[in-house]
Amino acid sequence: MFVSCLDRLRALFLSILLLGSVTLPAFAGSFEDSVAKFANDEFSDTEEAVGEIAASGNPLAFPIISALQDGRLSADPETKKVFITGADDKVIDAATGTAVNKLPDGTAPVRLNNRLRRTVEAALGGLTLLSPDPAKRLAAAQSVFKSHEESALATVESALANEANKATKQAFAEARAAIILFKPDASENDKLEAIAVIKARGDQEAMALLTSLGADQPPLVAKAAAGAISSIQSNLATWSAVQNAWYGISLGSVLLLAAIGLAITFGVMGVINMAHGEMVMLGAYTTFVVQEVIRTRYPGLFDYSLLIAVPLAFLVAGGIGVLIERGIIRFLYGRPLETLLATWGLSLVLQQAVRTVFGPTNREVGNPSWMSGAFDLGQITITYNRLWILCFTLAVFAILLAMLRYTSLGLEMRAVTQNRRMAASMGIATSRVDALTFGLGSGIAGIAGVALSQIDNVSPNLGQSYIIDSFMVVVFGGVGNLWGTLVGAFTLGIANKFLEPVAGAVLGKIAILVLIILFIQKRPRGLFALKGRAVEA
Amino acid sequence: MLTQLTCDLAMTRRRWLAATAGLVLGLAASSPFSPAQAAEDTIKVGILHSLSGTMAISETTLKDTVLFLIDEQNKKGGVLGKKLEAVVVDPASNWPLFAEKARELITKDKVAVVFGCWTSVSRKSVLPVFKELNNILFYPVQYEGEESERNVFYTGAAPNQQAIPAVDYLMKDEKVKRWVLAGTDYVYPRTTNKILEAYLKSKGVKQEDIMINYTPFGHSDWQTIVADIKKFGSAGKKTAVVSTINGDANVPFYKELGNQGIKATDIPVVAFSVGEEELAGIDTKPLVGHLAAWNYFESIKTPANEKFIKDWQAYTKNPKRVTNDPMEAHVIGFNMWVKAVEKVKSTDPDKVIDALPGIEAPNLTGGVSKMLPNHHITKPVFIGEIKGNGQFDVVWKTPGLVAGDAWSKELDGSKDLIGDWVDKKCGNYNVKTNKCGGQGS
Repeated sequence: MFVSCLDRLRALFLSILLLGSVTLPAFAGSFEDSVAKFANDEFSDTEEAVGEIAASGNPLAFPIISALQDGRLSADPETKKVFITGADDKVIDAATGTAVNKLPDGTAPVRLNNRLRRTVEAALGGLTLLSPDPAKRLAAAQSVFKSHEESALATVESALANEANKATKQAFAEARAAIILFKPDASENDKLEAIAVIKARGDQEAMALLTSLGADQPPLVAKAAAGAISSIQSNLATWSAVQNAWYGISLGSVLLLAAIGLAITFGVMGVINMAHGEMVMLGAYTTFVVQEVIRTRYPGLFDYSLLIAVPLAFLVAGGIGVLIERGIIRFLYGRPLETLLATWGLSLVLQQAVRTVFGPTNREVGNPSWMSGAFDLGQITITYNRLWILCFTLAVFAILLAMLRYTSLGLEMRAVTQNRRMAASMGIATSRVDALTFGLGSGIAGIAGVALSQIDNVSPNLGQSYIIDSFMVVVFGGVGNLWGTLVGAFTLGIANKFLEPVAGAVLGKIAILVLIILFIQKRPRGLFALKGRAVEA
Repeated sequence: MLTQLTCDLAMTRRRWLAATAGLVLGLAASSPFSPAQAAEDTIKVGILHSLSGTMAISETTLKDTVLFLIDEQNKKGGVLGKKLEAVVVDPASNWPLFAEKARELITKDKVAVVFGCWTSVSRKSVLPVFKELNNILFYPVQYEGEESERNVFYTGAAPNQQAIPAVDYLMKDEKVKRWVLAGTDYVYPRTTNKILEAYLKSKGVKQEDIMINYTPFGHSDWQTIVADIKKFGSAGKKTAVVSTINGDANVPFYKELGNQGIKATDIPVVAFSVGEEELAGIDTKPLVGHLAAWNYFESIKTPANEKFIKDWQAYTKNPKRVTNDPMEAHVIGFNMWVKAVEKVKSTDPDKVIDALPGIEAPNLTGGVSKMLPNHHITKPVFIGEIKGNGQFDVVWKTPGLVAGDAWSKELDGSKDLIGDWVDKKCGNYNVKTNKCGGQGS
């Protein structure tokens, strides 16, 4: 019933517009001329055409303008004919609505620039205010709020009166307030009411709207606007602290993810593994390969690409880790300097190998749909990819902790690192445990690569940017202690994000390093020092 | 400090690698042409671009470009009846190694000319070598200006051929009133932003409407900065970001912009370091409408450009290989050098250096670029909007070609300086005092 009521309203609205076009015969006759302007390939002509078509009330107006927005509107510069390609690849003539077999040769999509895109958005906002789809109505209301075109007022008011959806109704009320605020002949009372509505919205866009209000307002209105601005500002300041904390947690989760594998190889085993970053990179490239295969063979599986990539990345990086341990590191136990040099050289070999195989340029790793975009929580924006990475990091951490605590491999690992000879006497194959431990650490670095491919670029240099940070986290948190790594990562992340707005990104990073150096002077073994007989030297 | 630390470590380890891996594994590319085999009847052309390390991402393509150009020239019979022979070295993104490799090219391989360098610091590092050994360097990348050297020919854009026209476009067409100047913390963004700040203020933009932000190399966590930009842009005036963010840091920056919902219609970003190559690594759908300013775009439809792209893709055997602005700069520079050599019938650097100013070569966008007495060239400026397929749609261009200024007219220290290697024989001639040797050089 709600829909039918809306439909009737829409019909009414259209008939009013049509009546208007009857009384203005110049409009009705020029619809085809307006459409033909798209074929001129001039931004100014396209802009005029959008304005005229939006105002024409022709039923083709909405399809034409939405096709223009999506790049589905094409024009033939020779014949001045304009065509719409529908979602089902059907082509119709934009001026008459008649179906055409296929796009004639020589047609090109009508081009847009940013100014035009804004015009198109505003025009579409006006045309979709009465759309039966509530999501479209909401988007339309928001675009009217931004453009606050006076011509949309009547439509907004009628839509407001008939709206049942609470969120959309609120958006319409805000859009109406925005229009009234900028309407030159609105009464003072109306404007004050409008300011109250916008103040209640309280976000950055509301503030942008209020600050762009001209100085030529009646004193009462100007005062109310200034009051609203300062109230929104203080509200936003509180939120910005919350936001910094969230950014800190998010950065901390990335640091933790990058460092967690190192906490095993360096922290538990004591191997200074400079090739750790390259394990992360290999994980990221595994994701790339998985996505490539999915793109070419099974496009429907794209949203699951990361889930498929996680075990594969673990196996690839873990396998290479085992090879490295068996091939190089086991000959160098107890010689940290040589280990450092060997793994460092290895990291360069791996980088150059990847560069030779995949090329030196970045590779595109797409975000699955569930990792794209953001949502608003109060006045802060939380992006899905960061949120998922946080959850993923905590899950990896928990699984790793459980593994070390409850599995026999975990028990053997702890035994070997605490006292190798005693463990060997108990019948543990220490060299096998060494290889598996190193493989585990490398495999987890590979998993980290899957997640980092979502926020960073996948290039042969990917690992280099994380190696320093990873060592920083492990040393700060306390070598050999997973909980220390967790606390260290989040502490550094949050400290960094609170310093950054004050000191800037460059100074902020320097300050963090200085603080860590001072901290290590005071507590050389990090936040959580391992007590008792430590890892063998 | 962190950068310094990583740099120092990186250098030691690269030397170490060069010593071991280079010999043992042959991965670090050393010259594939040993000097002993070189026949007498070839002209050697040095290529000094990083093929490993952080800059390999950008520079490898330029090495291929010069190899491609040499190949094409040899098909036409070479130069002065001799074949050209490429000498490729790998400075491995290591600035002191650039100087060593340049010396090796000139003294050991006896090259007639060198095409190379990307970052300003690598150019500054090889400058003394080229001066001392008197050879020619063609430098193909847009840079911060404030330099004119006798031995260097700058075929990339000076700030007045890229940054200033871009800002003009935003001011006039997009009516931008508030500016975020965001860059990576090193010499090119710092100098460019200094020039832009002076230029904006001369156009009446107030200090409070300019926000300047620097980030370290390879910055990957852009959450705070993007949120700051969003906040700065909500002051009721049209806002734009002018980005001199370099290299790899761009991908996470654009990803964060897209995820936080900043669209080009709200806050457009105009970038000076993002081209077709960089976009090849990103899903560009959320970036549609953001801008870049260059002197060349692959999407520009001219017969010369279409032929170049076809030949290039055939040469690299990759039908998807993109082209970009620094590649075109090498094309122009290479053709200018060939013309100058043929004009003086010699590859002697002194003769070629004197012959180059005034030489004209067609660029790929339909015009003819000319080498100027200050060793910069004339170029058209294009503003392109990012399209969904990773290419650019040109939305604006300068009416004619713009002459490159070696010294910026916007900065107090350099506005009276000109570079003139034809009449004054001076790279920093002060037109007020009529003396050679102002600031710089």
